[in-house]
Amino acid sequence: MMKYRDHARATEVRPAREPPEFVDSRVASRPPLSRRVATPEAGALAGAVLVYLFFFAVAPPFRDLASLSTILYVSSIYGIPALAVALLMIGGEFDLSSGVAVVSSALLASMLSYELTANVWVGVGLSLAAALGIGALNGYLVVRTGIPSFLVTLGTFFMLGGLNLAGTRLITGSVATPSISDMDGFASARAVFASSFEVGGVSVRVTVLWWLLFAALATWALRRAAFGNWIFAVGGAPLSARAVGVPVRRVKIGLFMTVGFAAWFVGMHQLFAFDTVQSGEGVGKEFYYIIAAVVGGCLLTGGQGSAVGAVLGALIFGMTTQGIVYAGWNPDWFKFFVGALLLGVILLNAGVRRWQAARA
Amino acid sequence: MSGPLLRLTGVGKSYGAVSALAAVDLELSAGEIACVLGDNGAGKSTLIKIIAGVHENDLGEVEVAGEAVRLRSPRDAIDRGIATVYQDLAIAPLMPVWANFFLGRELLKGRGPLRRMDITRMRQVCHEELAAMGIEGVDVERPIGGLSGGQRQCVAIARAVHFGARILILDEPTAALGVKQAGVVLRYVLAARARGLGVVFITHNPHHAHAVGDRFLLLQRGRSLGCFAKAEISLEDLTRRMAGGVELDQITHELGARGVGPAQSAGVDAHGS
Repeated sequence: MMKYRDHARATEVRPAREPPEFVDSRVASRPPLSRRVATPEAGALAGAVLVYLFFFAVAPPFRDLASLSTILYVSSIYGIPALAVALLMIGGEFDLSSGVAVVSSALLASMLSYELTANVWVGVGLSLAAALGIGALNGYLVVRTGIPSFLVTLGTFFMLGGLNLAGTRLITGSVATPSISDMDGFASARAVFASSFEVGGVSVRVTVLWWLLFAALATWALRRAAFGNWIFAVGGAPLSARAVGVPVRRVKIGLFMTVGFAAWFVGMHQLFAFDTVQSGEGVGKEFYYIIAAVVGGCLLTGGQGSAVGAVLGALIFGMTTQGIVYAGWNPDWFKFFVGALLLGVILLNAGVRRWQAARA
Repeated sequence: MSGPLLRLTGVGKSYGAVSALAAVDLELSAGEIACVLGDNGAGKSTLIKIIAGVHENDLGEVEVAGEAVRLRSPRDAIDRGIATVYQDLAIAPLMPVWANFFLGRELLKGRGPLRRMDITRMRQVCHEELAAMGIEGVDVERPIGGLSGGQRQCVAIARAVHFGARILILDEPTAALGVKQAGVVLRYVLAARARGLGVVFITHNPHHAHAVGDRFLLLQRGRSLGCFAKAEISLEDLTRRMAGGVELDQITHELGARGVGPAQSAGVDAHGS
């Protein structure tokens, strides 16, 4: 410290007394309210409220508590993968294979348990390993080759889709897996992945609890763990992140594996809720996860977003799906509404960002 | 400390058939600023990428504090006390100032699975460190992308100093700045030297270099034109050698005919070349 002072005097450097350039009087401090409005999930919250009010008004059955429970259930099935997809998107990547990976996980767990005549938990465990492996492979290919994840996972999407159909046909000779409901461990696995419980006379599916738990974990990871800081950095500025010593490759591979985990989890729910799995399902679901994340305020190019936003995005999704049913409309309209919703929210977000930029 | 902090001996790097850098020697001691000068394409960026661990050198030796090292990744370099402030600043623009300040070296608290960032302390330390470097009036909660170029440079330098860097590499910190802001950044460069750091200052502005540098490494087309102590070289000489001598002689000759000296040669472009 002495040395510093002496030098400073000798060279007449007094940076501590040299701040005038940095207090720029033209920059007004922003009021706290506009800062809160500026959070990425603000648009999603507004959207969720609007969609809720809309269906509340037009669809009387929508107002029941039991309907709310169903809406939460549907939202959770989209919401769990959407959380992982949101983390991945904040980290600057896509995963188009997540939809079919759900079905791959379920098929694998079911067929392994059946063919090995083992406890279903063996199949569940091996399937988890495979799902994490697929995620790791996606991630490895992306970070190793530098090819956009859109292309890499487009490839794995088709490969998994084909594998689901061909593999199931090869092993079971059919397009669906045989029932495993009489096998050891089925009851306990169903309790974990696909049970229901009563709250105030309303039946609630356990996936809703899992969804909220995962959302809390994801929020904690993003906002409190150092890893979360790294996710924002690798998505927003990968070269900068690498330059300051963030393990960019490990973070990205970890994020792809998180998506693998979420796909596996929903796959297990489907397996133990419906007992058999259709090998051709899952195609197109990946877009719903991505839409939920984007509607929830995740920046498509990475570096911005939140887990709460992804929860709201999935909730908007669940409300729309069920709202159309409760309103007695033809469900064929569902996709049209989802597309219009996505476009509306994107335009809204772009408007909000422009407004912020103009004020900042 | 005895001996140089950083010594490069015959360092070179090729990209395929292109030899971007060859046979470069450089020595840097603590409390010293070594300026690396050269025109675009002279190999300045390649040189700092080698020291920063972004690219590994194919030829020659890198010694840090007397120990021969191979810097395979930026992490390697950082672990040896080499901090780099890039031209593009290595910041994540959407993240708050404090998160950028601690990126990759977050302060943690708690144990096991509950190990988490100590955000309150990071905000506080960031604020204090910026104030210690004389940067005031910055809201550390703001996205760093909203700061001015000079402010961002200074945050990056304060960050390097805070994390105990012994060697600070500055990649053209003044290139994109106005005159006043550049002057401010130069003050922080001197402040870093005063705190006992060895500074490698990359620039193509001989005026900035001569104002703060202790020694000067001149590069041209990937080759070293020599390394000079401040006593051995004048600003005029520095400018002349950097511009490749002959070309500048011509310009000086032309300008001389109009009665304009080389010291005012900043307006050269106006006359065309």
